[in-house]
Amino acid sequence: MNKMIFQHEFLIRIKSVITWSLSVSALLFVFFSFFSVFAVQAEMMQQMLEKFPKELLIAFGMNEMNYDTVLGYISFYFLFIQLLLAIQAGNYGFGLVSIEETEMTADFLLTRPVSRAKILTSKLMAALASMLLTDVVMWISMFTAISIFSEGKEYDLSTLLLLLFSVILFQLFFFSVGLMVSLLVKRVRSVTPYSLGLAFGAYVLSAFSGVFGDVKLEYITPFKHFEPTYIVNNGALNTPLVLINVAITVIALVAGYWLYLHRDIHAVS
Amino acid sequence: MSIIEVSHLTKFYGKSRGIVDVSFNVEEGEIFGFIGPNGAGKSTTIRLLLSLIHPTSGMGKVFGLDVTKHGPEIRRSIGYLPSEVFYYEGMKVIDLLKYSASFYEGNFTERIKYLSELMELEMNRRISDLSYGNKKKVGIVQGLLHSPKLLFLDEPTSGLDPLMQRKFFDLIREENKRGVTVFFSSHILGEVQRLCNRVGIIREGSMVEISDIRSLQQNNYKKISVTANGLTPEFFDTPGVTNVQTENGSVNFFFKGDINAMVQKVSNLKLEDVNIEEPTLEEIFMHYYE
Repeated sequence: MNKMIFQHEFLIRIKSVITWSLSVSALLFVFFSFFSVFAVQAEMMQQMLEKFPKELLIAFGMNEMNYDTVLGYISFYFLFIQLLLAIQAGNYGFGLVSIEETEMTADFLLTRPVSRAKILTSKLMAALASMLLTDVVMWISMFTAISIFSEGKEYDLSTLLLLLFSVILFQLFFFSVGLMVSLLVKRVRSVTPYSLGLAFGAYVLSAFSGVFGDVKLEYITPFKHFEPTYIVNNGALNTPLVLINVAITVIALVAGYWLYLHRDIHAVS
Repeated sequence: MSIIEVSHLTKFYGKSRGIVDVSFNVEEGEIFGFIGPNGAGKSTTIRLLLSLIHPTSGMGKVFGLDVTKHGPEIRRSIGYLPSEVFYYEGMKVIDLLKYSASFYEGNFTERIKYLSELMELEMNRRISDLSYGNKKKVGIVQGLLHSPKLLFLDEPTSGLDPLMQRKFFDLIREENKRGVTVFFSSHILGEVQRLCNRVGIIREGSMVEISDIRSLQQNNYKKISVTANGLTPEFFDTPGVTNVQTENGSVNFFFKGDINAMVQKVSNLKLEDVNIEEPTLEEIFMHYYE
C-alpha cells in the first residue's frame, strides 16, 4: 500500500463521509424518536397491520416484528439504514477508479512509479476506512439513541452488536460489485445512477423474494443475506446466505483486480 | 545505449487501429521528434511506453526493460507531459506538486521552487481556477520536478503563449545538456525542427520515415522559384520536378536530382528573379502526406 495515495484518497472522500454519517445518524434518531409511541400502541399497531395484505407486509419485512421491544423496533427500520449504507458503498465502489478516468486524472496517477496493484490496494483501503468511519458514527448514534429513547427496556447486547457489525460485510458486497461493474463497462459517466440502481435493485429483489415465497431470489441480494428481522429473531446470522454473500464479494474483488491490471487507460478523445 | 527500443509494436482498440508494426530506437541524450497529424498514433505510442495501455503485439523497452513487466521501475526515471493536462480540481498547485513529488525519492522543494518561478506559476491557486495555459505549466513542473532521465512530451506547447514556449524550449535544451533524453511528439513541425536531432514521421499508424533532421532537409528537395517573361509551368515538365505552382507570375516547384542540370535549364531563360532554398520541414512533411 502507498501511504500517500491512501491519504489523498481518504481526504478526497472526507466531505462525503461526513454527509453520509450525519444522514444515517439523523435517520436513526428520527425513527427511534417514535419508539415510545409504537411501544405504547403496539397492540393497536398489530391490529392495524393485520388488515394489510400479507404480501405487502412480507415485502417490507414487517410480518414477524415486535414493535414494543428495542431490537424488534430496530429491526423494523434497520432496513432503511442498510439502504443508505448500500448507496454509499455503491458510490465508493463505482467511483473508486472510474471518477479518476472521467476526470482524466488517471494519467497522472498511473504514470507515477507505483504498480497498479498497489494503487488499487491503496484506494481500496481508503474507501474501506471511509465506510468504516461512517459505521463507527452510526454505531455510536445507535447506542446514544437507545439510551435516550428506549425508556430503560432490556435488550440482548450481543444480538445488537451482531446486527451492527454485519453492515461491514453488507457494505463490502455493494462496494466490490460496484467496483467490478465499473471496470466491466466502458465508461461510467456518472456514479450515482449506478449505485442507486444497484442498491434499489437489490432491495426490490429482496422485497419480491418475500412476496413469491418459493422464488429463490434471496441468494443474490444482501438485503436477504443480512435481513435484520432474521438476525434479531434468531440472535444469529443466516450462515449459508452470509457465506454466499462473502463468496460473491471475494469473486467481485478478484475480478476487479484482474480487470484493473489489464485495463487500457484511454486518452482524452 | 538505446533508451527506448520499440520493435514491431502494434496496438488495436478492438478493431480500430492504434499503431501497426512500429519500430524505432531512441539513443541516450538525443531529442527525438515524433511527427504526425492528429490520430496518426503518436499518443498511442507514448501511452504504450508508459504502460497506460497494453500492446496487442510487439515489444517496447525503456532503459532496457520491458514496459509490460517493469512499469513502476521504468516510471521512476520518466517525466511525462500529456497533451491534455488534467489534475485534481480541488487541490492547490503546491499540494499537487508535493503529492507528485512524494512518489519519488529525494527532496524536491528547491527544484519545485526553481521550476515554478521559471514558468511563472502561482503556487497557491486552486487547479480548478487555472487557465488552460497555467494548467499546462503545472504539467511542465510536475513532469520535470524529479529530474527524470527520460522525458515524454506529447504536444507540449499547445496552450502556452510564445514567450512561455521559448522559455520551455530553453528549459528542455538545458535538461538535454545535462544528459536527459527527450521524446518530443508534435504536429507543429517548426518546433520539432528547432529542437530535435532526429525525427520519426508517423502516418496512419505506421512509421513512414526515421531520419536525421539535416539529411531529411538536405538529401531531399530544393524549393525553386523562378520569375521570367513568358514563362509557363510546362517549361519545367522534366523528371525530378514536383508540385509545380504558378503564383504572381513566378513558377514555384520542388526539385530532386542533379542541380547542375536544373541550373543549366534555367540559364536559358531571361530571368527576372530566381530563388533556390531548402524546403522547411513543413513542406517536406506535406510531401509525405500527399
